[in-house]
Amino acid sequence: MPGASKFERLACASNDWIQVMVEGQPVKVRPGDSAAAALLAAGQSAARTSAVSGDPRAPYCLMGICFECLLEIDGVPNVQGCMVQVADGMNIRRQQGAPVLNDSLAAGVPA
Amino acid sequence: MSAHDVDLAIIGAGPAGMAAAATAAQLGLKTVLLDEQKGPGGQIYRSITQPAPADENILGKDYYHGRSLALALKNTSLDYRPGTSVWALDQDLTLSLSGNGQSQRIRPRRLLIATGAQERPVPFPGWTLPGVMTCGAAQILLKSSALVPTQPLILAGSGPLLLLIAAQLHRAGVAIEAILDTTPPRHYLAALKYLPGALRNLPLLAKGAGLLAELRRAGIRRITGVSELRALAGPDGTLGQVRFRQGKKAQTLSATTLLVHQGVVPNVQLSRSLNLSHDWDQLQQCWRPHTDSWGESSLPGLFVAGDGAGIAGALAAEAFGKLAALQIARQLNVISAQQRDQQSQRARRTLNQQRAIRPFLDALYSPAREFLLPADETLVCRCEEVTAGELRRLARDGCPGPNQAKAFCRAGMGPCQGRMCGLTVSQLMADERQVPNSEIGYYQIRSPIKPLRLGELADSAH
Ligand SMILES: Cc1cc2nc3c(=O)[nH]c(=O)nc-3n(C[C@H](O)[C@H](O)[C@H](O)COP(=O)(O)OP(=O)(O)OC[C@H]3O[C@@H](n4cnc5c(N)ncnc54)[C@H](O)[C@@H]3O)c2cc1C
Ligand code: FES
Repeated sequence: MPGASKFERLACASNDWIQVMVEGQPVKVRPGDSAAAALLAAGQSAARTSAVSGDPRAPYCLMGICFECLLEIDGVPNVQGCMVQVADGMNIRRQQGAPVLNDSLAAGVPA
Repeated sequence: MSAHDVDLAIIGAGPAGMAAAATAAQLGLKTVLLDEQKGPGGQIYRSITQPAPADENILGKDYYHGRSLALALKNTSLDYRPGTSVWALDQDLTLSLSGNGQSQRIRPRRLLIATGAQERPVPFPGWTLPGVMTCGAAQILLKSSALVPTQPLILAGSGPLLLLIAAQLHRAGVAIEAILDTTPPRHYLAALKYLPGALRNLPLLAKGAGLLAELRRAGIRRITGVSELRALAGPDGTLGQVRFRQGKKAQTLSATTLLVHQGVVPNVQLSRSLNLSHDWDQLQQCWRPHTDSWGESSLPGLFVAGDGAGIAGALAAEAFGKLAALQIARQLNVISAQQRDQQSQRARRTLNQQRAIRPFLDALYSPAREFLLPADETLVCRCEEVTAGELRRLARDGCPGPNQAKAFCRAGMGPCQGRMCGLTVSQLMADERQVPNSEIGYYQIRSPIKPLRLGELADSAH
């Protein structure tokens, strides 16, 4: 769901900007942003869909607890977007469909 | 790579970990400080070496106090490794780490877990809708990215951090539609008996009163005695409205962002993975690893300090981190017991003073029952979409505890490994079965406690 961002950028202490791709669109972000923050700044309200019902889910905690921010980053699925800092040219996509928690994400599946 | 000649490994570079690291390194201990974040600061001082907002009034001077702690790290021989996650611990204190796509194991002589707190998950109907996030999440966007939510914005919940973040957003020029205060009115009376302890920390009481006054002066509507909170979807499937009750009156407000908060609870993922002994804290309604007054846990040589050992705030965390480092230096025969006691006097005083106000705050801001024992329709386990009603039914049908429930309904089996539902599942089952929380227990946590690429797992096998 692209659209007007629900988040606005205040005046920043430094004037560094880099460019990333969010859902195929170029977006200017700050080097201190996480991929999840970049997603929100780009106007995407949901990061992924629930693996069970398919309902949209969005970053909830931004500190690595909830796993609602799972994204596909540079082609790698199931990356915790709030724990990854942006890098110039990074390709950020929403996690499409049910996250496959096998070979790409070893944690989270208690034996 | 395997064993290292390390005296002390510290997990977490928040106030507790930073203070411990600086103290230990100054005493000549060979110290490693690990944190999964890209910079020091932990939660309260997140991004302190590069805060995003230009205007320092927004976050306030308590935030910028963190600069001195981060600076102190620089002037030591400390081995500080940002961007490093600890994903497993062994009984012999061996840590498995991963950073920059590589895994490594180190076995220090002493280990300090300073992994802090997480916000208490706030389950209520609609809390999984995009547009609902925690107050802490909004604060992280503010500190690290200078991003603020646009209107209409509603904050809902209870506790000092709710008021602080409301004030910070207001200072940032953000219009707040309303603050829905869910503190049950009877808590004010319940907290009164702890007031004498609170009076030992007048500066903090004054700060709280100051925040309330600031919000009042700003003309922000604060609706008290709120109950039956629920978030409703708009036409696009994201948050559209917030519904609640004040007294007998039901109200609905439009919102695109709802920030929720019900206090913070220790992050017990690592301490649980080692089966350390944990105590149920009735006043704080959470588990905390059992420690002695220096932070040593039930496993000798393993220390826990800061909010991860029980919520007491940033100044307490800083003091506790220092105390743990001094005791570790004592155990490693770097200082005498007398030197330890001398050097710990100020930190001990600070810790006691900061802790003295907790019972008052904890009684006042204890979450309302509806957030501890949510309504049947509420999703408790967000990952596997298990409702409170389902968990109640399992308990009624004789399911003895969270680990068995996991097998029946998959609650706690999703990617968050029970971080979001663990407390609620235990509490629901304890309530339904009418047994104490301490008896019901908690999920068995298994490593890896952090996501790992399979390649990294393979690395660590060598
Ligand atoms: C989101 C949030 C915002 C908060 N904001 C404030 C505030 O503005 N004011 C206030 O007074 N209090 C705030 N608090 C309360 C806060 O808990 C304490 O004040 C303080 O941060 C506790 O310090 P600490 O050193 O114990 O832990 P923390 O500051 O939480 O630091 C813990 C560190 O451990 C790291 N860590 C955790 N697990 C691992 C792992 N497995 N591997 C590697 N590193 C790991 C984390 O990245 C983090 O940096 C906040 C709490 C939260 C959760
Ligand atoms: S937003 Fe919660 S884990 Fe990333």
